[in-house]
Formats: sequence, structure tokens, C-alpha cells
Amino acid sequence: METDMGALIASLLASSLRIAIPIAFAALGSAFCELVGIVNIGLEGMMLAGAFAGVWGSYITGSAYLGLLFAVIAGALFALIHAVLTIRYKTDHIISGLGVNMLSLGLTTVLLQVIWGNRGKSCEVAGMGSISLPIIKDIPFLQDIIGNISPFFYLLLLAVVISWLVLYKTVFGLRVRVIGENPQAADTLGIDVYKIQFICVILSGILSAVGGAYLSIGDINIFGRDMVAGRGFIAMAATIFGGWNPLGAFGGSLLFGFAQSLQIRLQVFNIPVQFAQMLPYVITILVLAISNKNNKGPAASGKHFKRGEV
Amino acid sequence: MKVLYSVEMKNITKRFSDTVANDSVNFSVKKGEIHSLLGENGAGKTTLMKTLYGMYQPNEGEIFINGHKEKIENPAKAISLGIAMVHQHFMLVEPLTAAENVVLGYEPKKGMFFNLDKAREEVTQISEKYGLKVDPLEKVEDLPVGAKQRLEIIKGLYRKADILILDEPTAVLTPLEVEDLFKVLRKLKEAGKTIILITHKLKETMEIADRVTVLRSGTIVYTAEKTETSPEKLAEMMVGRKVSFEVKKNPVEHEKKTVLELKKACYSKNKVKILNELSLNIKSGEILGLAGVEGNGQTEVIEALTGLIPLEKGEILLQGERITDLSPIKRIKAGIGHIPEDRNKRGLVEDFSIKENLILGYHRKSDFCRKGILKNNNIAKFASKIRTQFNIKTVDVDTEAAALSGGNQQKIVIGRVLSQEPKVIIAAQPTRGVDIGAIEYIHNKLMEMKEAGKAILLISAELDEIMKLSDRIAVIYEGQIVAEDEADNFDEYKLGALMTGSK
Repeated sequence: METDMGALIASLLASSLRIAIPIAFAALGSAFCELVGIVNIGLEGMMLAGAFAGVWGSYITGSAYLGLLFAVIAGALFALIHAVLTIRYKTDHIISGLGVNMLSLGLTTVLLQVIWGNRGKSCEVAGMGSISLPIIKDIPFLQDIIGNISPFFYLLLLAVVISWLVLYKTVFGLRVRVIGENPQAADTLGIDVYKIQFICVILSGILSAVGGAYLSIGDINIFGRDMVAGRGFIAMAATIFGGWNPLGAFGGSLLFGFAQSLQIRLQVFNIPVQFAQMLPYVITILVLAISNKNNKGPAASGKHFKRGEV
Repeated sequence: MKVLYSVEMKNITKRFSDTVANDSVNFSVKKGEIHSLLGENGAGKTTLMKTLYGMYQPNEGEIFINGHKEKIENPAKAISLGIAMVHQHFMLVEPLTAAENVVLGYEPKKGMFFNLDKAREEVTQISEKYGLKVDPLEKVEDLPVGAKQRLEIIKGLYRKADILILDEPTAVLTPLEVEDLFKVLRKLKEAGKTIILITHKLKETMEIADRVTVLRSGTIVYTAEKTETSPEKLAEMMVGRKVSFEVKKNPVEHEKKTVLELKKACYSKNKVKILNELSLNIKSGEILGLAGVEGNGQTEVIEALTGLIPLEKGEILLQGERITDLSPIKRIKAGIGHIPEDRNKRGLVEDFSIKENLILGYHRKSDFCRKGILKNNNIAKFASKIRTQFNIKTVDVDTEAAALSGGNQQKIVIGRVLSQEPKVIIAAQPTRGVDIGAIEYIHNKLMEMKEAGKAILLISAELDEIMKLSDRIAVIYEGQIVAEDEADNFDEYKLGALMTGSK
């Protein structure tokens, strides 16, 4: 009985992790973006672009790793659109993000048709597979959770740690945090605000696209139309929940992943499926409502910065 | 011997779409002097200095720093030329520590990481050298205003600035803090720094500057050694006509009766006591000045009297009747006129026309409205009358309030209140951000109202204003009245000491 319980918990945690991976990548991206004052609801579209490009790259080259490179490039390009619109042309951040989302959905659907002659999904391509690290696979319990897991998971851990170090321990990170808080101050100190904003927005596109690529080449190895299905927005919530801190954003993603995986388990019980499916979103709303009180976002988030204006 | 100039700005013209902010300005500052750049709001002082600091590019003209012609494309270039600017609105990042704020842009590193220890050391060093006391590890949001300003100066010095521009540095300081600041400035001058002080205060100019330049409407109208000029001359140059500083305090002869009374008022915010059993008596035919450092409860006194916040304990009486629980609009009806502290937030709706602004709060009066429909003809007539009476400079009363200068906006607010014959006038910062000409006008209006027997409560951050206008002065400190007496029994230093809690 006890081992049953253990196995159940392990499988619950394992599926939580899997669900959290793509969200966490995008949440990291969102953190970088918002910390320089740019709101990015285009995360969703950037993830979708990454998911598509991953499959496409893998399809052309036969290598999932080159597919990942394609995803990175696609994410960067879509983020560049958002960056140019919001930073250079001062477009409203929400409108621009919405545009990115719609463009991405339309473009990937058209390309599906062009490349695979199917509006719904691509054919199956080479995926990243999964890896099992030598020591971990021998540790009881832990082996059930991450003994055999996608390389994206380790990539994510790396990304979280590096993001945290960059943001809180380096000069670049200090400048990033300053810009979201008071871009005028940064400007008067001779910091190139626009440059750092561009870097961070593009970084956010890349991270989101990697998260998106996990959905396709890291998991089911095909691309399906609109396969991101709102994870980009959940990622924004995770970022806010995590107080715009990479570790917090990771935690927020895990919480959502857990709620999602719990919901799937609950469906076997005799409650209406729709109610079970609501759970993750209800939790998101509750968590945001409760946690938001003490969390203060970057003061200049969503505002346009124009030099010389105070 | 040739005089050495740190800064020479030649024929600088700066336009913003169709307005000219600086018109062929020639401005020069000698090495090692304290130079006061004097002018009214909107005269173009800040624009000129932002041009020097690389935040604006001039449309025409040249800039020489230490005799070399320079093109200052951005603040980074200005900093590399040894120029630092302390802005009126501090350029600090609130959630970061003092030390982090200082080193921003020129951060010390250890390997690839940011070196906070080194930053702290640097800040401590500068702060000790020039007597600029700041705790380097405190977060900026927890620092008092004076410390924030010191921090801004340290920031400049950390960047090895030789030319320091300070934009209205004393606007936020108490008299004692001003003295400290001037001490620091003198020390900096001894150390060979050149200082440019943007200000509209004559007294400060006369106290600390070596030379003065006066800007009016974007052009330089006057430059002189301090020793060769006088406050009267400077004021005349700033405004363009002779200005009288004296407001005649005619004591009102008839009996003074208490009109508005605040009794043992208590109020807390976030469990901190803001008003602590505070009592005030405002009498007819008298101006009561409330002096205090900002944040000691003045705002809450205003808000309590006008009904914007509820009191926890205590009561408010208007001519003996309890109004503690009346809503703001009922209090206006009962005769409490309010000139709000923050003109743009509470005094006006900037996107509304002048005539709409002139009836706000009184819009339900039968003169202006019948059964919920506004009487536009009456309103327009009324607005034109007030416009002439209060000398509001505008093309017509349908202009948006946002298009007016600060002084004229304030005249709308004051015109609105005074024209409705209130019994009490709560005048909070009535001359904040308005030019000398308008200050003179507003002061005279308040005096007129007093002589007409109104009871006036004057709240102001400008001690001079309090002392000049008030018959009685009450000093507020940490939510309590710590002293109250006839105005003649106070002087600036006594007030300053009381305001900061020292006896």
C-alpha cells in the first residue's frame, strides 16, 4: 500500500514537472521583459513560433537539436517584432503583443498547410527524447520523478539559475532592474536604455520559444495547430506570482503544473470533468488575488520611455 | 589673465514644436564659482541645463566645456566631461540600496559579478569627505528627502564631476536642511568644484551665489556679480516689472469668532498614528498658518476638515455645529472652501474646459443647474466674470485647463473657491509652482478675504509664506500641534527647530 502511495505521488510530481517546463521557460522570459518595463502578452505567440520552428527544423535537418536552434531563431524574430513596435515605435504593449499572437497563430497554420498539406498537425519528426543521469536514476523515489526526463528539464534548471545570477549578481542585471523601475534615472546615468530593453525582449522571445519547442520536439514530436493553448498567459501569471524573480517564476510554474496534473487525476473520480478542468485556473486566480498584495512589479512596466521626458 | 570658464553656452536655441524654450541664450560659468540661474517657472532654466547635460539637443548654438568645443549627445557624454546634474525629481531607483544607486552606470565589478562591498566603500568615502551623511545599505525608498538629495550629490561626485548642476535643490528641504546643503556646497566650492544652482528663490541666491544669471521667457535678461545686485533688482528682472514683496498685514478690528474647530482629532494609516489628538481653532478675520515639515499630518488635517478621510476619534465643528460625519459635498455647501494641496490631482480636471473647472463642486447650485441639466449660458457668463475678476490669462473660457500655466491654473482653483463666499478657506500650498507675479496676486487675494472676515487656514511648505501672511502660527510635528502663538512671536529659526521636533 505504502509503495503504491509513493508511486502515486511520484507520478503526480513527475507530471507536474512536465507540465511546468514550458510554462517556466516562458515565465523566465516574461520576467526579463517586464523587468525592463515591457509587458509581453506575446509570450503565447512566441511559444507557438518556437513549437513550430522546432518541428520544422527537425523535419528539414533530421536533428532535433538543430530544430531547437530553429526555435530559438524564430522566438528571437517574433520578439524582435514586439521590441521594434514597443520600444522604437511606442506602440501600446498589449496591442503589439496581441498582434504577435495573431500573426504567430496565422503564420504557423498557413505553413502547416504549405509544408505538410495538413491544417491540423505536422507529421512526426525526430524529438529530443529523454535522458537519465547516472546517479539520479539510482536514487529511490527521485528516480521515479526525474530518473528519465527530457533534456529540456536540465536546460530549464540551468536557465533558472543563470537568470537569477545575471539579474541579482551582475552589473547587467542591476541595470535591467533599474530600467523597469525608473528608465529616466538610468538614462541620466548614461545607461543605454533602449539597448538593454531590446536585449531583454529578445531574450524573452528566445526563452518562450524554447518552452514552446518542448511542447513539440520535447514531448509529442509533432506540431499541432494552436498547441500552446494559453500557456503563455499562465506564464505571465506565474511571473507575477513569483515577484518577477526567476526562482519565484519557476515556483509559480510548478504550482500551476501541480494543479494541472492534480486535475487530470481528479477526472477519474465522479465529478464533472469541466469542474476538474477549472481547477488550475481557479488556483491561478486565487493565488494571484492573495499574493499580489505584497508583490510590487516594476514601476515603469507598460510605460513608454522617451529620452528627455520627465 | 584670461578668465577660465567651466561652461560657455553660446547662442543656444531650443524649440519644442512651436514654442521656443531657449532663444539665443549666452550663458557662462566661471571655474570654481557658485552660479545661480534664476528665473520663474517656465522661463527655460531647466531646459537650458538639460541641454548642457545632454538630455536635449539644441537646435542652434555651441557649448564649450573648459574652453573646448563639445557636442554633448547624451548624459553619458556629459558625465565623461565631468558634468553631473541633480534633478528636481530625483533620479533614484526606490527599491535599490543607496550604494547601488550611486554606482549605477559605473559599477565596480569582481570578476563577472557586481561588487556591492566596493560600492559601499566608495560611497562611505565620498560621504565622509564632504559631510554628506547617507547610510549606503539603506534602501532608497526608506530614506528621507534630505538624504535622497545628498545621495544624488554623491552620485555626481562618484562620477568625478567637476561641474555640478542642482535643479531647485531647496524646494523639498526644511530651513535646517537647507543650511546643511549650503554647507556642503561651500565645501565643494573649496574643493574646486563649479556649481550651477537653478532656483527661483532670491534669498538663496543672495546667500550662496557668487554670480547670478536671470532667464525670462527663454532669454537671458541679466547677469551680475552677487555683490553688485540686490533682491529687488533680481525680482524686477525675473518678472519684468517692479514687484512688491510686502503684503500689508492689516489686523482686522472686529471681534474674532471661532468658525471652524477641530477637536482632538485622531487618525491612523497602516497602524501608524498620523493625527494624535490634534486640535485647531480657525477664527474669522484671521489667517492661521500651519507650519511643518511635509508628512507630519498636514495633508490629513486638510483631508479631515474637507471630509476626504474619516476621523477615528474627535470632532469637527463649523460655527458650533457638528459636521464630523458630513460628506465632502455637504461640507462645501456648508461653507468650507478648499484650495487643494495638489492642484493637478484634486484641484482641476485638466482635460475639462476652464468654465467647467470653475463650477466643479458647485455644479449642483441652482445658478448652474436645473433638475440635472447644466445651464450652459449661466455657466459661461459666470466663468467670464471670474476670468476677468481673477485675471486668468486665456483666450476664452472654453480652453482646456491643461493648456494654462501653473499660475493661471491656480487662479481657476482660487477663483472657484473665493467666488462662492465660503465661511472658511482651507488654502493648502496656494502658491506652489506658480510664478512671482501670481504669488503676489494670490497673497493679496487671501488678505482681501481675511479683511472681509473669512476664516483662513494656510498650509504651506514655504516658511516665508506662512510668516508673511499669518496672524497666528501653529506648528505641527508628528501629528500634534507642538506650538501655537501670534505670528510675531516666531522667527524662522524657532519655527525650523519646532518643525523638526527639537525644542
